[in-house]
Formats: sequence, C-alpha cells, structure tokens
Amino acid sequence: MKKSRFQSKKISASEITPEAVFLKRRQFLAAAGLAIGATGMLPSLATAQDSRFDSLAKWPHSTEETQTPWDQATSYNNFYELGTDKGDPKKNARRLVTDPWSVEIAGECAKPGKYTLEDILKPHAYEERVYRLRCVEAWSMVIPWVGFPLADLLKRFEPNSNAKYVSFETILDKKRLPGQQYPVLQWPYVEGLRIDEAMHPLTLMAVGLYGKALPNQNGAPLRLVVPWKYGFKSIKSIVKISFVEEQPDTSWNLSAPREYGFYSNVNPTVSHPRWSQAQERRLDGKSTGLAALFAEKQDTLMYNGYEEEVAGLYTDLDLRKHF
Amino acid sequence: MPASQRSLPMPQPLISAKGLIKPATFLLCLLPVALAVYAVSQNRLGANPVESLLQLTGDWGLRFLLVTLAVTPLQFIFKWAWIARLRRMLGLFAFFYAVLHMVIWLVLDHGLRWDLIVQDIIEKKFIAVGVVVVAGLIPLALTSNRFSIRKLGTRWKTLHRIIYPLTLLAVVHYLWQVKANDIYEPLLYLVVLMILLGWRFYRLLKH
Repeated sequence: MKKSRFQSKKISASEITPEAVFLKRRQFLAAAGLAIGATGMLPSLATAQDSRFDSLAKWPHSTEETQTPWDQATSYNNFYELGTDKGDPKKNARRLVTDPWSVEIAGECAKPGKYTLEDILKPHAYEERVYRLRCVEAWSMVIPWVGFPLADLLKRFEPNSNAKYVSFETILDKKRLPGQQYPVLQWPYVEGLRIDEAMHPLTLMAVGLYGKALPNQNGAPLRLVVPWKYGFKSIKSIVKISFVEEQPDTSWNLSAPREYGFYSNVNPTVSHPRWSQAQERRLDGKSTGLAALFAEKQDTLMYNGYEEEVAGLYTDLDLRKHF
Repeated sequence: MPASQRSLPMPQPLISAKGLIKPATFLLCLLPVALAVYAVSQNRLGANPVESLLQLTGDWGLRFLLVTLAVTPLQFIFKWAWIARLRRMLGLFAFFYAVLHMVIWLVLDHGLRWDLIVQDIIEKKFIAVGVVVVAGLIPLALTSNRFSIRKLGTRWKTLHRIIYPLTLLAVVHYLWQVKANDIYEPLLYLVVLMILLGWRFYRLLKH
C-alpha cells in the first residue's frame, strides 16, 4: 500500500485507536449530549455541541494516534492572558469575551479592513484534522481540530509581493484578562510566520476541537494551528492579521531571545535552556491514576513528525542558528 | 559518660499536650505529598501529574528550608521555646522534599536516561544549581542527630551554617527555572529569605 505523504512513519499499531472503539466513543458522546439536552439541566453543555460542525468533512491525512481526552485538552492549557498555571485558563475562561468579535486585516494586501468574525468565517467549509501538538515544555497532545487552511483565508485579502511575512495579534483586554494585569509577557501577544509557512497546506485556522466550538481556554473564537512548530506559535484568540515585509516580533522571542527563535520548529536535536527537546510526554489518557506517573516519554520527531511535508521550506536554513 | 559531654541541654521528657506537638508536626509535614499522591490516584492532579508532583515537591523543599530558618527568629521574637525542638525535624523534611524532588526528576521525568540527565545538568545551569543544593543538604541531614552534634562539637555549627547559601541557591534554582517574567513566587521566597537573614545580621550587629 502506498503511504500517504501526510502520515507519520513511526506510529506503532498499538497506538492506533480501532475504528469501532472510536465510533463507540462518538456514539457515547452523542448519547450523553442528548441525555443532558433532554433533562434540560445543563443547557450550556448541551449547546456546546456546535450545529455548524454537524457534517464535518474528515481530512484524509489525520494521524490515527490516540487522541488526548477532551478533559485534558481543555483543562491543561498555556494561555497566559488567563493566568500562568496550567489550570488557570479554564478557571478564568469567562473573563475572555468573544462576542462580538472582529479581526483587523492590515498591511501589504489589496483588501485591508476590519471584518466581523462572521465575515471572516462565512466562505469557508470546515473540516476535521487530527494533528499532533508539541509544546516547548516537552509534553504533547493529539487534537482533532475543526477549521480550514489559513491560506484560503489569506488569499481573500489579496496580499501583494511585499507580503513576506504574516503577523498575528491576540486580543488585548487588560481590564478583564487577569494575566494581562501583570507584565509576564509584553501584551498583546504577537506571533508571526513566513508567508510560505502561512500559506502551507498544513497551517490551519481553527474554530473548534472535538466537533465543538473552541472553548475560551483553547483560544476562542479563532486560533492558529501550526503542527510542526512548538505550541506557542499557534496563537490564540486572534484579533489582527497583518501582511508585512520584515520579520515581525514574536512574544516569546521578545521575552527570551536566547531561548525562543522566530521559527521555533519542533527539533529534537536543538536543545532548549529549560527543557531537553529529545523526548516528550504524550498526554493521551492511556495511563491513569498512579500508573500515569510511570508512563514513559516518547522520542520527539523532527518537525513533530511532519518532516516530509515541511522540510522543503527550510532547506537553505541553518536550523541551529534559526531555532 | 564524662561529665563535660553532658553539658548540652537535653530535651524535656515528653508530656501530654506538649508531647503531641512533635508527632502532629510530623504528620502535618507529610500531608502535602500524601494528599498529592492520593490526588494522582484519583486522576485529580491534572493532565500531567509528573510535572505537578515535581513542582509540588520543589515548592515544599524550599518552603521547609525557609521554615527551618524561621525557627530561631520565632523562638526569640515570640519567646516560643518549644519551637526549637522542631528545628531538626523541619530541616529533615526540607531534605526529604528536596530528595523527593530530585528522585521524581530522575526517575519519573527522565526515566533514568543517564545520557539525557547528564546532558541536562551540563547544559542547564538551574538544574546544576539544584543538584548542588541536594548534594549540599546530604551532610546536614547525615549529621542531624545527637551523636554527630556531640562528635563534631563547634564544627557542627559551622557545618550547618551552609544552610544559608544552600537556601539562597534553592531560590536561584527556582528563579532561573521560571518562564518569561513569571517571577512573583520565587521573588516572594527571596524576600522571606532576606528577612530571615536580615534579622540574624541585625542581631549580630547589636551584640
């Protein structure tokens, strides 16, 4: 059988969730959702199942590794605007107000302007893509995102030939967002990609996960997902996208330039001053209770396992220098 | 036993309420790790319990170092004579949590992969500092008994004064470990340490 070029080579058979089990989980979730809806006791939970995602196309190249349980993906988050502890973003999720939401498009393009979230999203068909997510802190998850290629969005604004980079900005709301009351990072959070990285077919604009709208702690209502880069590149709760000629500032690089480069591609051979990047702890709920303490880490793959797809972007780059 | 060696004050015999202080403190000191392990068994310590336990044991190691250093000031300021009897136990709990912190790092976090462990110690100075702290606490723990006090005489006090630089290094270990400018907690510990050292310095000047 010919291997899909999007599939990672290093997945053992035991890592793959049998389809029957996967479907059963789905049925269970659907039934649970119905039951809750029927009792009418937890309306907020019942409405979390998003009708926009009812007939989601499944991206054919998704990884079949065990998915991180919803609970873990939505309660263990780095989103410093909502607090620096992993549990803070969920606790403080309500402090992020996502309605109304608009996104400013700026810089080197034919159609700059302020667009409502509805205008941004309307023309795009969503699909579900299961990606590995590798945090620079040496843990990783497997997440079924709902979204569409960033390239499809960017092309609508007709970037010109000066658009060498794309920069992104997270919401700034010092009054409400508890994390922004401290200068832990420079606010607002900013990130950036080279234009070819931004236009790469793997680069995703996400609006949901696990078939539901993005919870606030995961970057509602609109976030980036760049699966071959460390997680902090995948900027959350985006309010501004600019096409620029010079390499833009990125928050972690401003905070500690020796530790976080502009590229921040997942690379097990370039070690970081805080965490060895050779291995990662996969958070997928496979071991629970005290056994979770003794679960082994796994080796980190070059470009987080997306080497075949993205290595071509960096053939002229010294990865030790441009970490 | 020669009379000269009897000059050290012996602790009071244990009596009812006072006698309960020590065992109660012992159990209280074990509580953080006991509760955490129970929480892990119930899947209640978050998605990454190894990271949580590593943080928790590090926090408590540093806290117990500071609590140990607070015994003498408390004893003098509030005239709490009884608290001196807890000093050794509190110091040993600082050692216990520091060792636990390191063992969790070696075994649970690094799976005893010595190549990665050595690389980390060489490459990351905050880890090297942490190793120095645990290594430095070993002779203090080993001599935290009446026999060693008697045997070492005045050198015992000199030896145990290294708890001051070791605690400072423990704070540095924490400061260098935090990301971005999230330094409020280690700074708080630094302030507490400065107060505890400042009180000693002030007393030294007065006498």
